[in-house]
Amino acid sequence: MSEIKNYTINFGPQHPAAHGVLRLILEMDGEVIVHADPHVGLLHRGTEKLAESKPFNHSIGYMDRLDYVSMMCNEHGYVRSIEKLLNIDVPVRAQYIRTMFDEITRILNHLMWIGTHGLDLGAMTLFLYAFRERELLMDLYEAVSGARMHATYYRPGGVYRDLPDYMPKHAESKWTKGKALKDINSWREGTMLEYVEHFTNYFPEKIAEYNTLLADNRIWKQRTVGIGVVSPERALQLGFTGPMLRGSGIEWDLRKKQTYAAYDKVDFDIPVGVNGDCYDRYLVRMEEMVQSNKIIAQCVQWLKENPGPVMLDDYKVAPPSREMMKNDMESLIHHFKLFTEGYIVPKGEAYAAVEAPKGEFGVYLVADDSNKPFRMKVRAPGFAHISAMNEMVKGSMLADVVSVIGTMDIVFGEIDR
Amino acid sequence: MNTTTSLEKKLKAHFGELITNIVVQHGELTAEVAPENWQQVCTQLRDDAQFSFEQLIDLCGIDYLTFGEGEWNTDDVSSTGFSRGIGVKGPGRFSWEERETELMEKRFAAVVHLLSIKHNNRIRLKCYAPDTGVLAVPSLVKVWAGADWFEREAFDLFGIIFIGHPDLRRILTDYGFIGHPFRKDFPLIGNVEVRYDEEKGRVVYEPVSIEPRVTIPKTIRKDARYAENQEQLEGDS
Repeated sequence: MSEIKNYTINFGPQHPAAHGVLRLILEMDGEVIVHADPHVGLLHRGTEKLAESKPFNHSIGYMDRLDYVSMMCNEHGYVRSIEKLLNIDVPVRAQYIRTMFDEITRILNHLMWIGTHGLDLGAMTLFLYAFRERELLMDLYEAVSGARMHATYYRPGGVYRDLPDYMPKHAESKWTKGKALKDINSWREGTMLEYVEHFTNYFPEKIAEYNTLLADNRIWKQRTVGIGVVSPERALQLGFTGPMLRGSGIEWDLRKKQTYAAYDKVDFDIPVGVNGDCYDRYLVRMEEMVQSNKIIAQCVQWLKENPGPVMLDDYKVAPPSREMMKNDMESLIHHFKLFTEGYIVPKGEAYAAVEAPKGEFGVYLVADDSNKPFRMKVRAPGFAHISAMNEMVKGSMLADVVSVIGTMDIVFGEIDR
Repeated sequence: MNTTTSLEKKLKAHFGELITNIVVQHGELTAEVAPENWQQVCTQLRDDAQFSFEQLIDLCGIDYLTFGEGEWNTDDVSSTGFSRGIGVKGPGRFSWEERETELMEKRFAAVVHLLSIKHNNRIRLKCYAPDTGVLAVPSLVKVWAGADWFEREAFDLFGIIFIGHPDLRRILTDYGFIGHPFRKDFPLIGNVEVRYDEEKGRVVYEPVSIEPRVTIPKTIRKDARYAENQEQLEGDS
């Protein structure tokens, strides 16, 4: 028998399971991986350097484009960092709106994750189901900000505007008319909050549906149980956060431990895994969706009962209303200065983190009494996760690489920045 | 806030001169460590039960060139009127050939953010690379395995060399990239652009054709609203 040598293969950057532009150099011994070297940076846009050349508010839109499936959580990290430096408080209604949208974003992200993770491992149906529900939530993004994805809705001092009183309806078309049209518009008769309420009542049974497809599925279990095991000690060493850390059994969630927005006023639980494998992380994320749904329902209840301002009443940071500008010279000046020069952030540095769907998303800002950040660093959870790729796949089969990429829930917008 | 103050006391008692310039601002603790003590201090912060910073959350480089320098003079506005705001300091304003680099003290630093899950607190440590000789900081990979890629990133973007790092390669920039793009004397427009050449049948690199441009100048203002804040800070440190 002839001697078999190790060989190297290229996985990606054009590969449907690479979730974007991951290039993996895999050194193989037959079907077994000896060494994996991920090459990242193919999506590097220099977000941080761009942010340093612009006034603070101009970069909120860039945050959406980092982790482009959990947009508002990224904005939240950034605006919280600015708020810390400016030492300003956000009105309580805005805190609840942020909490609600952070959780909507978490469901959006996890639906995307379960859809693509499932698709990678051969569960086609789930992808279609997950995207059906995602569409319902995307409409909420559109209703508050006008954009389905890149919302730029959070601003330092609150959110851009209050929740709308109505939901846009589907128009009649050749395919959707009569009763069908009435059915798809049935949630949209009332306010936006009523629409969200419909969703929170509808969603739990959908999660149950996903679980019937996967939780006891023989193929799913064969592809995930005991794959990509990370011990709690290693998870800490490697800088894992979010579901990757909780999947290994460490109960750590910034929403509970270093609470922000209105998370201290809502009731929810933190799911924790036991074995630290892909299956446990799957269970953790599925339960997180249930908990997010619970939080959203509580926020809807509160928001219905408590109207109020959603933006800070300080015209040095937040723009005055259009009507005020028409009558008041000072408001006009404030508006002009805000939209040309921006606001001055006092010298100092701050790090603010939020529990984004993928883990700890933090923004480190250094300010020098000017209208632009001197240095901005985005701490992306996916960056730490993918750096452990070699450790997680070494010694396992080629097919397991796909499971591990899926379980890491990586998005290159945030890793490459 | 209380945990930060008690952490400050513990740090002072335990490390003494090893940790300098402790500042508490916005409830966050920042301190400086010299390169020669960097690994020792970090190892103790991880292992000592009163600190137990099990996690390295983030490590990044920072370039202090042009820190606190505005591009738009607003001091003597009343007598002479506004300047045009076209000073040539900021990275968006020059191309690679026009860059200017002056020597300055304490220009580059590596900044780490540590998290203790046990005590639920954070700390930020800075390690300034030496001003002369090799721009080097000891590596923390042996202390926290997660430092690996963060140090590669800081090396790639700032050119800080992490001594003892097992595999210090570029990570985010292109294969064959020249320069360290996040330095303040690196132009925002970059050096090269790529396009597909029909005749050669491959992608070619060419010098950038765009002009450097800044729409809004960087403006420094000592805002009176933060003056009180600032005095308090200076009193603290």
